[in-house]
Amino acid sequence: MMLINLIGLLLIALIIWWFWLYKGQSQAVGDEPVQVLVKDGSYQPARLTLKAGAAASLVFKREDASPCAEQVVFPGLDLSETLPLDKPVTVQLPPLAPGTYAFHCQMQMYRGELHVTDNGNRN
Amino acid sequence: MNSKTSHCRNTSAPQKMAHDKDDKAAPGKSGACCHSVESKEEASIAPQTCHKQAKAQHLTTEEACAVNQPGTKRASSAQSDAGHADTQPTSDHILLVEGASCASCVSKIETALKAVPGVEQAQMNFADRSVQVTGSASADLLIAAVEKAGYQAKTAEDTAAADLLDEKEKADWQYYKTLLRHTTVALGLGIPLMLYGLLGGDMSIHNDSQRFAWLAVGLVTLAVMIISGKHFFIGAWKSLLNHNANMDTLIALGTGTAWLYSMVVVLFPEWLPQLARHVYFEATAMIIGLIDLGLALEIKARGKTSQAIKRLIGLQAKTARLIEGDNERDIPIEQVQKGQILRVRPGEKIPVDGEVLEGHSSIDESMLTGEPMPVVKSAGDAVVAGTLNKSGSLLFKATRVGKDTALAQIIQMVKRAQNAKPPIGRMADAIAAYFVPVVMIIAIVSALVWLNFGPDPSVAYAVIAATTVLIIACPCALGLATPMSVMVGVGKAAEAGVLIRNGEALQLASSIDVMVLDKTGTVTEGKPKVTDIVLINATDEHQVLQQVASLEAGSEHPLALAIVESANDRGIKVSKVQGFNAITGQGVEAELSGQRLSFGNLKLMQEKGVELGNAKEKAQQLAEQAKTPMYFAKDGKLMAIIAVADPIKTDSLSAIKRLQKLGIRLVMLTGDNQATAKAIAAQVGIEEFIAEVLPEDKAAKIASLQQSGAVVGMTGDGINDAPALAKADVGFAIGTGTDVAIESADITLMRGSLHGLADAVAVSKATLSNIKQNLFGAFIYNVAGIPVAAGILYPFFGLLLSPVIAGAAMAFSSLTVVSNANRLRWFNLGQGDRS
Repeated sequence: MMLINLIGLLLIALIIWWFWLYKGQSQAVGDEPVQVLVKDGSYQPARLTLKAGAAASLVFKREDASPCAEQVVFPGLDLSETLPLDKPVTVQLPPLAPGTYAFHCQMQMYRGELHVTDNGNRN
Repeated sequence: MNSKTSHCRNTSAPQKMAHDKDDKAAPGKSGACCHSVESKEEASIAPQTCHKQAKAQHLTTEEACAVNQPGTKRASSAQSDAGHADTQPTSDHILLVEGASCASCVSKIETALKAVPGVEQAQMNFADRSVQVTGSASADLLIAAVEKAGYQAKTAEDTAAADLLDEKEKADWQYYKTLLRHTTVALGLGIPLMLYGLLGGDMSIHNDSQRFAWLAVGLVTLAVMIISGKHFFIGAWKSLLNHNANMDTLIALGTGTAWLYSMVVVLFPEWLPQLARHVYFEATAMIIGLIDLGLALEIKARGKTSQAIKRLIGLQAKTARLIEGDNERDIPIEQVQKGQILRVRPGEKIPVDGEVLEGHSSIDESMLTGEPMPVVKSAGDAVVAGTLNKSGSLLFKATRVGKDTALAQIIQMVKRAQNAKPPIGRMADAIAAYFVPVVMIIAIVSALVWLNFGPDPSVAYAVIAATTVLIIACPCALGLATPMSVMVGVGKAAEAGVLIRNGEALQLASSIDVMVLDKTGTVTEGKPKVTDIVLINATDEHQVLQQVASLEAGSEHPLALAIVESANDRGIKVSKVQGFNAITGQGVEAELSGQRLSFGNLKLMQEKGVELGNAKEKAQQLAEQAKTPMYFAKDGKLMAIIAVADPIKTDSLSAIKRLQKLGIRLVMLTGDNQATAKAIAAQVGIEEFIAEVLPEDKAAKIASLQQSGAVVGMTGDGINDAPALAKADVGFAIGTGTDVAIESADITLMRGSLHGLADAVAVSKATLSNIKQNLFGAFIYNVAGIPVAAGILYPFFGLLLSPVIAGAAMAFSSLTVVSNANRLRWFNLGQGDRS
């Protein structure tokens, strides 16, 4: 019984960690454009790390026919772009100050984050 | 609460701002949300200043100026579209290659591109046949290199214009059809199963034959889940991997649990108490079917958003007639350069913006200005790309070409405003991020509580409680709350001649604080008519109109058309005049039956030495009533004053009263002068008006009204209103306008009456209220249902909710939502107010 309780509590902890506390792997964006696949209800990769003060390019390619995926919005960066199906669209990011910038679809079902750090590595 | 505000608050804020002094540009602040985004981007496409660009790009002013020198390459189409062009010293081009059928083509194409001077890197993605080229080489050179290597290529920029729109439509249509197919399959199973249950069919397992029967149903349901609901499960899984929980997670969790539980009932009934041996296959199938249907309807509603851009692009001429010395030749529009001399013949579109050097013609600018009257152009006047040259041949100098033309700017403005328009927050989605993990935790906690403290068989109770929590917490009602109301509300609106483009517009229209009304064609008819004939020395009104119409029959002036039309309406036949002479800027004169007739403005009368006397005051009075007075003289003697005006629509006044009754602040917007605007506003009972607004400034006026936090609606009828319609929280295109404007609007009023506007707002308010009722009901249901499902009543009353009840409650909650939404069908659109 003790074991089952423990498993239950671990499951709860896992849920809390997985959905609320976890800060996942982040792909570094350097001089080369990074492709972000819009597929199956998510951005792949959804977490990107950029160096502060350097311009960078993201190439979004939408393979998800859901209308939700049609727009990508960077609300903190004055940027938004329409993503046609199966056509790469380059989003040019301006030089940014360190911080975390969200990007998402219009309804915020697809979500991603840009982590801008001084050295371009995830802190 | 304006949804835009809440949307922005949800945005992650960076720890440190790029430019703290630039509050608007600072991410994470409320000012960085879509309101300011739009206004800033919009500003950058007007004649651009270094300062504006610097703001938009997070650069210093000097940096922005430095990189914006002529000759600097474009960074990318996407960048350019977003108003962030020209920041890179080198350019990135994405080429789409055709004819590359094997992987070995990749190196051939890459090598060919790398050989082009200036190319630093060329990388081909064979999967999508695209090549990313970095360097300073122009797109033309790159395309030529690919073609030389034996393939076809075009830039992504080119395809973005028209082809992509077609492809998008095709893709959307395909997805729509797929979803409808999925819906049919899922409901094809779900509805009969649900009816079976509702009509008293046994959905429990008591013997082996029932087990086999339900096993077969379970497998069919599994097939339905795979066919119709695969995307939910894949989406849920991918979201899970990305540490997100969204609508897909809820749907997958709800339907998956219902199915898994049912399969456990079928395969291992002995694991569960007798009472709990109930299957829920119908719930799985119904939920998947209804959500698919909702998605399909959304696709349908979104489908035409790109038509406006398509229509605008269609206005652009393909070629221009270039004058080089004595030679004339047609050249592609892309090759026209600033300063070149071009000719446009009658019936042709003006290819680029320019200034007339020679010729005289009337130009139909209605597609750009919304004003129906053609404008007479002669030397020194500006002509605008996309407008139609109607009568004469014009020679003009190109002043703005390519992306700088007014038309191109309007296209960009519409694109941008459409892109930057923030979404209506989907409450259900926002909740889902917290709701699903919370429900999962509640399910686990309730299972543990039952295991530890529950009576025997505690394991069975624990499984029942956990499963019931998951089933009762199914997002079915939450998911249906909004789309069902929207579906009914949109249908109801359509009955009243109001076409609503999407659910978001419907929702926003309900919370409009300020409604901006374009004057011409919205409040007024948009077609000038003769309103007054004031006889001075004449005695017969009929004769006056006959003579003036005869005189004006040979004129191309828009006001002349109104007079001739007025004569036609009265069955008056015009006579032939001799010695017709049109005096530019003054009027016309001719001889009729030996008498010298003059018709025109004050200046003409003064030049002809006509004694006006008190008639001048009368003319002034007419002008104050928003009319254009003109004098008619015969043989140097003033006979009459004829006033022409764009009359107010007969039902504008009553419709405006309805809108005011709905609590909406009305503002009239017009390019007309103060006096006319004031007169019209007073006649229809509008207190606020903004006069002398240039077409391109309309969107900016909307933006300034939005800055106060008000939800702003815009009603207009012309293509010049398109950016303003898109910029407004809700754009209403009145049906009498051009199709282009209608396509760019969120809501189209087919009747052309402002009552359509009042109907649209009324039905939106009713629908939003209905949605709120649905969401409230769904919330209460979940909030009350989950604890009960977890067994909170058991210690007090010995009550444990069976999954049977949970399933019924779930079905009932959906039924309630749909029934409540259907109440909207009986909503009265206020015909009684129209009298």
